[in-house]
Amino acid sequence: MYEVRIHGRGGQGAVLMGSMLAAALVAEGKFVVAVPSFGFERRGAPVATYLRCDEREIRQMTNIYRPNCVVCIDPTVARAVNIFEGLRDDGVLVQTTAKGLEELRLSEQVKTVGLCDAVAIALDIFKRPITNTIMLGALARTTGLVSLEALRHAVRESDFRDAGLQQNLEALERGYEGTQVHTLARQELA
Amino acid sequence: MSAVTEAKPKIVVCDGNEAAAWGVTLASVDMVAVYPITPQSSLVEYLAKFVAEGKLDAEIVDVEGEHSVLSVLQGGALAGARVYTATCGPGLAFMFEPYIRTPGLRLPMVMGIVTRDTLTPQSVWGGHQDAMSVREVGWIQMYCETVQEVLDTTIMAYRIAEHRDVMLPVNVCHDGNYLSYGAARVELPDGAATREFLGPPSVNWHAALDPERPMAVDPLTGGAGGPGPRMFVKYRKGHCRGMQNALRVIEEVHEDWAARFGRRHAGLVERYRMDDAEYAIMTLGSMTGAAKDAVDEARSQGRKVGLVKVKTYRPFPVRAVVEALAGVQAVGVVDRSVSFGWNGGPLYQDALAALSGALRRIPAMSFIGGLAGADLTVDHFHRVIERTARLAQDGQPGETVWLNEND
Repeated sequence: MYEVRIHGRGGQGAVLMGSMLAAALVAEGKFVVAVPSFGFERRGAPVATYLRCDEREIRQMTNIYRPNCVVCIDPTVARAVNIFEGLRDDGVLVQTTAKGLEELRLSEQVKTVGLCDAVAIALDIFKRPITNTIMLGALARTTGLVSLEALRHAVRESDFRDAGLQQNLEALERGYEGTQVHTLARQELA
Repeated sequence: MSAVTEAKPKIVVCDGNEAAAWGVTLASVDMVAVYPITPQSSLVEYLAKFVAEGKLDAEIVDVEGEHSVLSVLQGGALAGARVYTATCGPGLAFMFEPYIRTPGLRLPMVMGIVTRDTLTPQSVWGGHQDAMSVREVGWIQMYCETVQEVLDTTIMAYRIAEHRDVMLPVNVCHDGNYLSYGAARVELPDGAATREFLGPPSVNWHAALDPERPMAVDPLTGGAGGPGPRMFVKYRKGHCRGMQNALRVIEEVHEDWAARFGRRHAGLVERYRMDDAEYAIMTLGSMTGAAKDAVDEARSQGRKVGLVKVKTYRPFPVRAVVEALAGVQAVGVVDRSVSFGWNGGPLYQDALAALSGALRRIPAMSFIGGLAGADLTVDHFHRVIERTARLAQDGQPGETVWLNEND
């Protein structure tokens, strides 16, 4: 079982991102469960959504506390919540940021980091900082969990239409292309 | 039994609210009346979308509140329509007057309850308290475990409701938040096959608003003289008989569903790893998935624990529950709601009553968790298993355990 936790802010489409990722994984023959966290969601407030995937049916309809991978689709939400909480060893972080790796504060569990300046790409494509489809591309590039082709399929199957669909397909590609993946050298534990 | 579907089922990824809307669509419902309320709102938005897209050929009636929702549907059903709505929490409370009349009118209809905890404390999150608060009104109530089961049960519910031996409304309950917004891979059954499974609507043969068959519907009945008392008893007993008949019909319908569509859901009670179980935990709704994973982990450590899931909560499947628990030394009952009168959970209270008919004493304990959106995880169920193991040893039930008390 592989568990992903997506952090964002209300209005950026974290929940839709979870659904599109789920649809892409199912198109590849996987089983998934995607559960959003919930509350009085409002624009700008920190939100999270959870996704499990496996080769066999998943029974737990619960939140995720020990993710393998954390995706952060907002550059500042890590100031408001501990995005690394419960992250498993050799964990993955996929982060939207304009900063370089050396400027980021990481937890010791992180082994692989994918960095993508999704806000800049979003401002270029959408003229507003909606980063979800861009970060789907970044997630695929960083983890190899899902193929770009399956994600294209999922974006086409969602409710985007016409120009909006084209923009989101472009966003997906640019997220994939624009992601730098770093594998951190780990200090051997004594 | 000629209708084994050959067509490859379509796979979709959807949440429980969309799954319910797919169920309504595949049941070829004629009329839907709606008023939105969290966490049900997206369900009725999906229905409106499906009608707009031409997937569902139903009349949608937008009304000013839940009281009107069900009043409108009573009229629709009396005119012969297959009807649907869904609600929860405060919406269900506002619906109560027509809600309490519907089963006595013996109107077969299906209403989803996207379960939500009741006010107050102010809360918009899941919990079974709303559905539990109306458990004695005479509706059939079934609780779903998975997104797929929401879809399948919504369709099956029409055949159960419209069965001539039942003729009662059905609540298909699915957990607010974890099932309403939780998405999973779902198989959509073939539309022609579901139409054949259900047959044409059979709704108002007994009571109708029909100019061709003029009749008085629901005349004054009862009082202390004349035929009143025995007529009233006759109707009440008929209602009780319909509920008891439903226990048989629900099993038959689930069996036929499995034969036609290849998916087997337990209709009344599911037994999971119960064959040689020394003690058991009992669950209701979407919590069951995590509970089964906990049972598997405990089994791999050599603990002889099993699980009994109740799907049909009203009518309560007394015999099936007693049979399922006949071999165990103790049972831990997990509720997502509170019975204020008993300082425990409602399912616990029902289990106690059912177990009073067992051949020997089987001690039971109440666990309450998952209120107002709280999560019930595998770790919570390990605590339930641990405590129930102790109960199997010493036979001494302790006070009710509140699972999220220290989260």
